Amino acid sequence: MTGLRSWLVRRVLLGAGQTVAVVLLVFALTEALPGDAAVALAGDQPDPGRIAAIRETLHLDRPAHERLAAWAAGLLHGDLGTSLTSGRPVSSYLADGFGPTLLLAALTLLLLVPPAVGLGVLAARHEGRLLDRLISSVTLAVYAVPEFAFGVLLLTVFALRLGWLPPTAVGYGDDLLAHPAALVLPVVVLLSRPVCSLARLVRAGMIEALASPYVAQARRYGIPGARLRYAHALPNALAPAAQQLARTVDWLLCGVIVVEALFVIPGLGTVLMNAVAERDVPVIQGLAVVFGCTAVVLNLGADLGTYRLVPRTAVAA
Amino acid sequence: MYEGPVPDPRFPGLRRRGFLAAAGGVAGLGALALAGCTGPAGDAAEGGGKPRRGGKLRAAFAGGGASETLDPHLANLFADAARAKALFDKLADFGADLAAEPRLAASWEPNAALDRWTVRLRKATFHNGKPVTARDVLYSFRRIADPKKAFRAKASLEPLDLKASRAADEHTVEFALKRPTAEFPNILAAFGAYIVPDGATDFDTKPVGSGPFRFVSFTPGRSAVFRRNDDYWDGAPYLEQLEFLVANEESARLNSLLGGQVEYAHELTPTTARAHEGRGQIEIVRLRNSAMQAFAMKTDRPPFDDKRVREAFFLLTDRKELVDGALSGAGEIGNDLFGKGYEYYADGLPQREQDLDRARHLLKKAGADGLRVTLDTSAVAAGFTESAAIFRDQAAKAGVRVKVAMGSKDSYWQDTLDSGTLCCYRSGAMPIESHFSQRLLSGSTTNATKWHHKDFDALYQQAQSTRNKEDRAAVYARMQRRLYTEGGFLVWGFADWILGTARTVRGVAHRAPANTLDWARFDKVWLA
Repeated sequence: MTGLRSWLVRRVLLGAGQTVAVVLLVFALTEALPGDAAVALAGDQPDPGRIAAIRETLHLDRPAHERLAAWAAGLLHGDLGTSLTSGRPVSSYLADGFGPTLLLAALTLLLLVPPAVGLGVLAARHEGRLLDRLISSVTLAVYAVPEFAFGVLLLTVFALRLGWLPPTAVGYGDDLLAHPAALVLPVVVLLSRPVCSLARLVRAGMIEALASPYVAQARRYGIPGARLRYAHALPNALAPAAQQLARTVDWLLCGVIVVEALFVIPGLGTVLMNAVAERDVPVIQGLAVVFGCTAVVLNLGADLGTYRLVPRTAVAA
Repeated sequence: MYEGPVPDPRFPGLRRRGFLAAAGGVAGLGALALAGCTGPAGDAAEGGGKPRRGGKLRAAFAGGGASETLDPHLANLFADAARAKALFDKLADFGADLAAEPRLAASWEPNAALDRWTVRLRKATFHNGKPVTARDVLYSFRRIADPKKAFRAKASLEPLDLKASRAADEHTVEFALKRPTAEFPNILAAFGAYIVPDGATDFDTKPVGSGPFRFVSFTPGRSAVFRRNDDYWDGAPYLEQLEFLVANEESARLNSLLGGQVEYAHELTPTTARAHEGRGQIEIVRLRNSAMQAFAMKTDRPPFDDKRVREAFFLLTDRKELVDGALSGAGEIGNDLFGKGYEYYADGLPQREQDLDRARHLLKKAGADGLRVTLDTSAVAAGFTESAAIFRDQAAKAGVRVKVAMGSKDSYWQDTLDSGTLCCYRSGAMPIESHFSQRLLSGSTTNATKWHHKDFDALYQQAQSTRNKEDRAAVYARMQRRLYTEGGFLVWGFADWILGTARTVRGVAHRAPANTLDWARFDKVWLA
């Protein structure tokens, strides 16, 4: 167990380093964007006096390293700073946006695993036959469709033509759960690609596992087919899928921007888009910290999961 | 100078009709032009049927995300302005012709020198029951003008000398001005010049205004819910509740309107309008003359420091093709002047037509054969990149090679203010006087055409010292003739502002350019 502990410590330290790197990179990139919050705020009235005044009020006239240092000092006290455009604490932005994004991500994850694993196993069982070819080509085709196009298509058919579902979540605010119908299309769009990629990974892993000597051995012992598949072969097949799942969660948290914009769900993606447009650096930094930490924690979890599923394979730190 | 007509709460349409008639009677050139396109009918009565009380209207706007605030002085976006208009009042606001009409101010009266104006307030109360007084007005204006802050209306209030201004009594404010300002009412109607209670600083938890709606709840970037103010001085709104919702994507606003999730969608595209106009599913409202579309030539540097080159550019433009191509036909052609249809607009000048021969001739005379220019554009506003591409092809016919350069969306306005020689330009509605003072005087802070002419400045000052409106209109006409022949703005069109409403929505003004009083005004709207 000490091996695991030192591995964990190394991983956490590495993760912390990665997060800091991400934040620094994001800060540098935002600085490199043309214009700053004052220019963005001034919009089509770029009165130089007004821009200078805004800059001074926002302390943007201070050099970049000073602003970064002030922000980092606050971060050590758990203070993410305040938004340049509204003066409200960044933490309130994150808190407001986190709920809807988390809800979407959780629902997607919950609904993601059963069909993906089911499809993967099914395809593997019928390897090379019609069903396998059907599943493989459909998953490949759906995977190739961008979310935005898929979303528009579903929206037009199911919300506007048939009128079965609401076209957007406009006006539902925080209480998305009270309007489950509004969640159907976004979740389907979010599911579409990960289900496909995951199913294909499970299929590949399953085929490999079913062909492995230890499954052949188990088969020789007369273990029934279902138990053989789910208790013996599947864990091995899931190891790469678990890694992929962690990446999917990353993507869900960061990449729901398209879905949020299309269906008007006020989550973190929307917060990020607005913050970038407004050059609201503290908010962008706050989001970078949150996304960075999430990515690190999730990958750590996935590695731990792999460790559990397949203890024989050495886990690379 | 102008005494506001007494509003009759039973017939909301009458007050506006009264005002427009009065304006038509006294104004010269500009107001006569206006009669043709504004008509006598009150906009508020449009849409048919008898107004009905009650109901909740949900309106979708593009918003500013989580950084939105209800502070009316910080209003920067259309969504901010619409919310501020529901909660707060200004002393004056702009009619469809961009002439200031009284709101909280019942009347305004200048002294002989036009540098002291006495404003009498009407009887109005804030949502907390306190009357709107001269102290509140002075507090609001001083807050906007605070040198340490950067409120948008600050530049508009610049002519006011707020230190020397005072409250003569509870309901009378005496404004001192730094110089004669005949167009003083425009200052009272400036974008963002809302009246808040004396001492108010916090607007996000419980804003108190004197507007037609009271505050209920607000979540930045998502929703703002207001309810009817039964004591509103201009008559209680018909709607029981009003909710502002934020949807940044045009497709999302349209879809939520089609799906019955909102009853009003702001800012739709011409393509959407064409697809849904007259189909019976939703109503499309086109607000004419809302946005000037132009190319700005920097008149202080080559090649545009030669007025023959500027004239050649005026002449090589096919305006109809630009309106059809870049605005998808949703607009009207321009005549190189700002403010078509507005008060004081010089509509007597001949419409400029494409004349390639003369353009070539002028370029040749100016020694600008085979001219190459860079046209700066960006996806910052609808039609910008399209208009640049169309113009490039038109210019090529006269032997001018235009290189289109794409700029950043978020810093475009500042980038093109001082640099470059030719750029795509757009402007929302404002009085022609404000267009002059903000963009065309030597001291203007956003002078994108670098138009610096002492005699032009002098004409502006002359207009501001002219008490008689017809004489003033004559001076404005002279200034516009000058801009028409050799100005830096190649105004090729005026875009419609397009809204969509559910079929049950009545009373939405059809003749209100964006930024005017009746635009996004919900106290005269009802649900059938």
